[in-house]
Amino acid sequence: MRAAIVVFPGTNRERDMAIALRLATGHAPLMVWHKETTLNGIDLVVLPGGFSHGDYLRCGAMAAQSPIMAAVRAHAERGGHVMGVCNGFQMLTEAQLLPGALLRNAGLRFLSQDCHLRIERNDTDYTRHYAAGQIIRAPMAHGDGNYFADDATLDRLEGEGLVAFRYTDTTGAVTQEANLNGSQRSIAGIFSPNLRVLGLMPHPEDLVDPLMGGIDGLPLFQSLASA
Amino acid sequence: MKAIVTVMLKNGVLDPQGRAIGHALSGLGYPGIGEVRVGKRIEIELAETDPAAALAQAEEMARKLLANLVIESFKVELA
Repeated sequence: MRAAIVVFPGTNRERDMAIALRLATGHAPLMVWHKETTLNGIDLVVLPGGFSHGDYLRCGAMAAQSPIMAAVRAHAERGGHVMGVCNGFQMLTEAQLLPGALLRNAGLRFLSQDCHLRIERNDTDYTRHYAAGQIIRAPMAHGDGNYFADDATLDRLEGEGLVAFRYTDTTGAVTQEANLNGSQRSIAGIFSPNLRVLGLMPHPEDLVDPLMGGIDGLPLFQSLASA
Repeated sequence: MKAIVTVMLKNGVLDPQGRAIGHALSGLGYPGIGEVRVGKRIEIELAETDPAAALAQAEEMARKLLANLVIESFKVELA
């Protein structure tokens, strides 16, 4: 799995992502500046977290118009893997590679803390090394992570099994308290219909080594490495 | 010619910022504060001199970038 990480002005989580990818795949990912226009020979494109273009206008809105995004779109249309984490998830919705939008957190506060996620299915290239229904811990750090889509879209996502992760408590229960940012139906991450594009708000790349405090995020990268 | 694009969250989309402002206004002692909604006003200088073409151009800009139609609606005027 040859991976590339796209770097935008204001991106700040690309190094964490590179550490996780290198750990799981054995190769350093390619860093690609957002003004590049090609992604040749790449299997996985990662849009990392941060505050691209200062979150001006809307989070991810400017990045979605970057020159590299045409290549990202073409890669996704070819069936390539694209993962957007945090700001990267916002970019994927702004680029309409995934449905919905990320609104301001319902409580208005920037949330920088751990959350718990339920792995909704493990028959995907991103989640194969987890068990279905497994609860994992993941750090979150965002001000705009409140997933929103209209009811028809939410019903379709659920009906087609495209919800990747939900916010839960430590026992796996979907509760209002565990849904820290107020996301519709506690959705923390979603897949494209072909399960190749994944967007999620929390940061699995920040729990891949015991020195980071845990390895709950590592199976995601191991899954990708063996995809 | 100047286009003014007003972008608002759609009805039914939670506007926590508007709600917080409403709470603050009530806290200041203003009675009868109902729903408060916060939007954006974007002013764009255009070289275009034909009003219809300027409006069409600004509308295209709003659809492509200024508004996210999943959550926002917009209005375009000329000044």
